[in-house]
Amino acid sequence: MVIESLNWMAGGPQGSGVDTASTIFGRACGYGGLYVYGRREYHSNIKTMHSYFHQRVSKQPTLANIADVNLLAAFDAETVVRHVGEVVNGGGIIVDSRDLAVNVLTNIATFSEDYKNQIRVFMQQNGVGETVNDFLNYAKQKNIVVFPVPYMDLLKEIGQKLNIEKISALQKMINVLTIGVSFAFLKYDRKLVEDAIKATFREKLVDMNLTAVNVAYDYTEKNFNTADFKHKLEKQPTNEPRIFLTGNQAVAMGKVLGGCRIQTYYPITPAADESEYLEAHEILKTRSGQEAIVVLQTEDEIAAINCASGACLTGARAATSTSGPGFSLMAEGIGWAGNNEVPVVVTYYQRGGPSTGQPTRHSQQDLRFAMHAAHGEFARIILASGDIAECFFDAAEIFNLAEKYQMPAIHLLDKGMANSSQTYPVFDYSKVKLDRGLIVGEKDLEGKTYKRFEFTESGVSPRAFLGTKNAVQWYSGDEHNEMGNINEEPSVRKNMMDKRLKKIELINKEVPAEFKFNFFGDRDSENIVVSWGSPKGAIIEAINQLKDEGYKVGFLQVRMVLPFPSAQIKELLTGKKRIVDVEDNATAQLAGVIAENTTIKPTHYILKYTGRPMMVTEVYDALKDIMDNKAAERQVLTLGA
Amino acid sequence: MALAEMALEPHKVVIVSGVGNAAKLPHFVKANGVHTLHGRLLPFAMGIKVANPHLEVIGVGGDGDGLGIGAGHFVNAGRRNIDMCYLLHNNGVYGLTKGQASPTLKLGVQTKSLPNPNINEAINPVALAVTAGYTFVARSYAFDLNHLKNNIIQGVQHKGLAIVEILQPCPPYNDINTKDWYAGEDRKDGNGKPQPRLYKLEESGFDPVVHDEGELFKKKVAAMEKAQEWGDRIPIGVFFQNPLEPTFQDRFTKRISFYPENPPAKQQLKNENGASSVDLSDFIDDLKTS
Repeated sequence: MVIESLNWMAGGPQGSGVDTASTIFGRACGYGGLYVYGRREYHSNIKTMHSYFHQRVSKQPTLANIADVNLLAAFDAETVVRHVGEVVNGGGIIVDSRDLAVNVLTNIATFSEDYKNQIRVFMQQNGVGETVNDFLNYAKQKNIVVFPVPYMDLLKEIGQKLNIEKISALQKMINVLTIGVSFAFLKYDRKLVEDAIKATFREKLVDMNLTAVNVAYDYTEKNFNTADFKHKLEKQPTNEPRIFLTGNQAVAMGKVLGGCRIQTYYPITPAADESEYLEAHEILKTRSGQEAIVVLQTEDEIAAINCASGACLTGARAATSTSGPGFSLMAEGIGWAGNNEVPVVVTYYQRGGPSTGQPTRHSQQDLRFAMHAAHGEFARIILASGDIAECFFDAAEIFNLAEKYQMPAIHLLDKGMANSSQTYPVFDYSKVKLDRGLIVGEKDLEGKTYKRFEFTESGVSPRAFLGTKNAVQWYSGDEHNEMGNINEEPSVRKNMMDKRLKKIELINKEVPAEFKFNFFGDRDSENIVVSWGSPKGAIIEAINQLKDEGYKVGFLQVRMVLPFPSAQIKELLTGKKRIVDVEDNATAQLAGVIAENTTIKPTHYILKYTGRPMMVTEVYDALKDIMDNKAAERQVLTLGA
Repeated sequence: MALAEMALEPHKVVIVSGVGNAAKLPHFVKANGVHTLHGRLLPFAMGIKVANPHLEVIGVGGDGDGLGIGAGHFVNAGRRNIDMCYLLHNNGVYGLTKGQASPTLKLGVQTKSLPNPNINEAINPVALAVTAGYTFVARSYAFDLNHLKNNIIQGVQHKGLAIVEILQPCPPYNDINTKDWYAGEDRKDGNGKPQPRLYKLEESGFDPVVHDEGELFKKKVAAMEKAQEWGDRIPIGVFFQNPLEPTFQDRFTKRISFYPENPPAKQQLKNENGASSVDLSDFIDDLKTS
């Protein structure tokens, strides 16, 4: 049977090529006109700890991950033990036949004592023995098919074909082997897989990997009855050009489109990939020639934010990119930018906190922190994207907001978006415009005294860049007068505070609603889900399923967190019977912000803080229970290994 | 004085300062002034200079600012050789908070504002700058205006990262390293004439310049040796000067050939109709699946 949707999973030690295998898998599916949503999970570690990747493939656009795995490609024994429970009825597991005899309690070095205790409980409850084979027999009872493949024999065969004797030199290709085996079972067009390999590897590695994938394909077709595995993947025709990309890549592209020409960063997960990608593409093709983005790796995040602010003063559009621990260090810099009305942009990928927390895991714990970081009162913009397409367009647009209103702007994202990958039609960016706000130049200022912080009706002062003739200017972290010079007079202080803060009203008035929120589903329904950030995809899929079953649910996705669009949000929430707040944190931070701005409180909460993103399945279940009046006020989700 | 002598136009100069008494300087000079955060003048200066290398960037801060809270930036700036001049005012104390010991106050010294003798050893700014990779390292004295002015001019004109340490008394809080102390009023010769503690390197035959790459190590060692002198004989003048090291701007130009004429601050960004100048097709081709 060709199914509409399939969830493929690869797992293995960090450094064994799980990412690469998954990229090839996703690309190959994309080449066949299928939609893919990929989720990457990894430890904060360079080698050996367990990592895995989901690729959900579908004939229709996929917006989020699901928990159910149809085909698991296990690079090692650990993967089988950790994920056997996620493979569903009718699914399959590809395993190294050498691993069958592995004793899960004594032979897997990476299992902690805590985890072994969990395994012991599982083994007792289900009458499962100590070997990997015992675990697989347990799976077979659930109608799962197991495909033991002698990885080493296949590597030897590949070695012979390539005249490489040392098996250790080939070990790295276990990932590609499992790709070949997987696609052979799925009866997928081999040429598309080869194309994906060609697009993924550097030239000299292409042949090796093509050999590997073909050996695996042939072996599988010869030694298994591939009809034993019921799921098949079939390509479908498509006329539209599509891309498959991560959130990090989408942000990078959006930034250069939006005019960002200086990017500063200090290495941190899950933000650094964006900066590296930018540096790799530093020369920018333009319609008339070339421009360039300069990427600066600074000594810490304190330097990163302040370096970006300095660049902004010269007229460059500048940004920095970080995660929670880095943003903690940036607090004073955000305050300086607020006080000096600097349009610096911070791309903030949340991960699990507090402190080092869960460096490689997903979370939405930092909404309040992004809103309030730095002492004193000042205006800032926070724009929270909900998916990879929004990441792209918002990354460009946020520079317009920052410059028009002359204040620091935070693009609030999360690990779930940063490291997930998704298929989209090629972004149509023809409508993206650059608006630099109120800029004055040499000629405008002839014979005048330039005041950088001139009091105006709107609060926005004409901005001249450092280096402009007739516009010698001053900035200060101290309170200052219109010239930018230190001044502590009560009247100046009051006027300057008012000037900076009244720009909030201007944003409330001028910024179009589509920047502030999205609405999906049934607007008149008495049931409304409210959320922000990356739960968006899972929520949309869940309410679509519920709609098919006759439930009416609307979904309000808040995008602009600051300045908070209180009046509009209040209007949308007023009179609803059920208001369900959905967030990846423990304290329902958005719900708090909504209550404080609208006096409306949600009736229900669906929260998750395991470090794993929300999956369609669990959001659906939780929402359905609420609609059926069977749910507690607060539900905590836990799916995902 | 130095700016006027170099005939730099005020709108082309940016004075970037940290926080502290010294850091208020930009407010008293007719040139662009960016009064930043405590210890952070170097990151701001880097952003300004990299975005627009046509600006003449001058950093101003104190010893606490640069060597205490800003020490990480102080050291890392040396790795980049950004073409700017950093004026480090050194008086041994935190004046604005009433005279606590700064990172340059020697171990065991008790100024009148300290309840106990200083329990920390001092950082040597000249030695640290040479080690970190600054390519022009000088020291001058606040009461020797001409010497100071000349050192500043040399520092500004140097292609690369220059630092001028400015020794200066802080009469309210540092009663040890006073004007009289520098002048040697406490150590008179047989005729009752004060024996000044400061002497000028340029008058002592010291050559700080790296003339060819082979001299680099020798010149660094010589500068480090000179930097150790303190107490009765304190050198001022240029300790180290290496014009051969490529600046940060040179390094970018190697990768981005049009960087000098078309740096980040000068790029077009958009067309007449407001659309982005960037064509994303290179990015998109890499990501395409159909």
